[in-house]
Amino acid sequence: MKGNEAIAEAAIREGVDAYFGYPITPQSEVIEYLMSEKPHERTGMVVLQAESELAAINMVYGAAGTGRKVMTSSSSPGISLKMEGISYIAGSELPCVIVNVVRGGPGLGTIQPGQCDYFQATKGGGHGDYRLIVLAPASVQEMADFIETGYDLAFKYRNPVMILSDGIIGQMMEKVELKPQKKRFTPEEIINKYPWATTGKPKSRERNIITSLELIAAKQEAFNQKLIKKYQEIQENEIKYEALNTDDADYILVAYGSVARICMNAMEEARAKGIKVGLIRPITLFPFPTPIISKLADKVKGFMSVEMSAGQMVEDIRLAVNGRKPVEFYGRQGGMIPAPEDIVIALEQKLIGG
Amino acid sequence: MTEEIIIAGFGGQGVLSMGKILAYSGLMQGQDVSWMPSYGPEMRGGTSNVTVIISDHRISSPILFKYDTAIILNQPSMDKFESMVKPGGLLIYDPNGITRHPERKDITVCKVDATKTAGEMGNQKIFNMIVLGGFLKMKPIVKLENVMAGLKKSLPERHHKLLPLNEEAIKKGIEIIDIINQAN
Repeated sequence: MKGNEAIAEAAIREGVDAYFGYPITPQSEVIEYLMSEKPHERTGMVVLQAESELAAINMVYGAAGTGRKVMTSSSSPGISLKMEGISYIAGSELPCVIVNVVRGGPGLGTIQPGQCDYFQATKGGGHGDYRLIVLAPASVQEMADFIETGYDLAFKYRNPVMILSDGIIGQMMEKVELKPQKKRFTPEEIINKYPWATTGKPKSRERNIITSLELIAAKQEAFNQKLIKKYQEIQENEIKYEALNTDDADYILVAYGSVARICMNAMEEARAKGIKVGLIRPITLFPFPTPIISKLADKVKGFMSVEMSAGQMVEDIRLAVNGRKPVEFYGRQGGMIPAPEDIVIALEQKLIGG
Repeated sequence: MTEEIIIAGFGGQGVLSMGKILAYSGLMQGQDVSWMPSYGPEMRGGTSNVTVIISDHRISSPILFKYDTAIILNQPSMDKFESMVKPGGLLIYDPNGITRHPERKDITVCKVDATKTAGEMGNQKIFNMIVLGGFLKMKPIVKLENVMAGLKKSLPERHHKLLPLNEEAIKKGIEIIDIINQAN
């Protein structure tokens, strides 16, 4: 099963209520698969191709306000179009899952894979002080699994979750084990579980209002501080990463998604040459696995970030290391993919030779 | 066991589906597999390729830069991938349309006249299965019964009547593949 198809099938099985999207390479298989599976017959899930990305994200905004499980997906240029809506969703504290199957940019760029939307995903993208919870799958299995993880986190924190994938993971086929079908929540269950949702006003409570607007500065600041507290809680509780060969490592490669898989090969090649290399694969990009990198900074000789970008995640690694050890960067752009051999050469030249 | 394969040719030659059948065959015998297509401008015409990995272990990178086997079905792919076969590895090609034959002596080179044979068998579409048969002769990493099970899984049901013809094509490929150079 392709990564994009795994996301779509996992969404149906998760009991997602609605998907709103607009096709774009390299993620069109998500909506294609959903359309061909006719989930309205399987679970009653709504799948709708909107007239544009703007329409799709605002449909997500509206439906998320009712306490439903809602999802959209796109690729880089389409995600840029959705940014206004994403900021509003974050500002209204609504849960949803947004999938970005990243391609090279800027602008229309290329349809080949990229990781150049890291800043956009983890540092905002839309306007205002907000954060997305960002999950980075490195396999088709994780594409499927992170749908469930994503909704758990989105509803736990009432916050939009982004699954930041790329053209490689979206397009490749691998073995995948899918979870059994979950039931969609009934309207009564939603009323009981999510008292904030706009489910119709009973006499017993005040109106629920979903908005991101607050004109009184002091009230807006109090809201901002509530968000800050929420993001701190997320940073304290939800960090996920994979650590390989870090126990005896002199040098640490840091990479996420498909590039982390390529780095596993680079790590083997380097170890065959006698260079003790370990790998940290952040699974959550926000919250970033700062503590483990900070801890490793005391015992290793240096770090190298490997990305399909011009160097974005490297900044978070530098913040974690805080000047204690050198943090270098090796990357390819434009849809080009780093080769293990070149990663090892870069490691030797930038960190070991220097 | 890990076998890393690139299959490359023109769009429409059945490159991606041959890869898919191979990957499903691995899956059928319980191995880890990955199938990574070129999905770029290639699939809108021009050249197309797919990387297939079949392994007894967890597969790390689905993207490769050196291969155990290259199955090459047009000249642009020959130019690009001949140099990327690991020393001692295998290169299989269909000579139809090839203007510069493989030159390396440190790899095993095999020729499979699949375009011609498919024409003789009266169905050009089974071309890729003849090539697949040739590969299985050289590298019997998946059993024929698992290939047939994989084929059944990847073919839509309405085409299942073509399964015997495909099996015949695979067997033909096993029969006609020709070793041109043995890696020393």
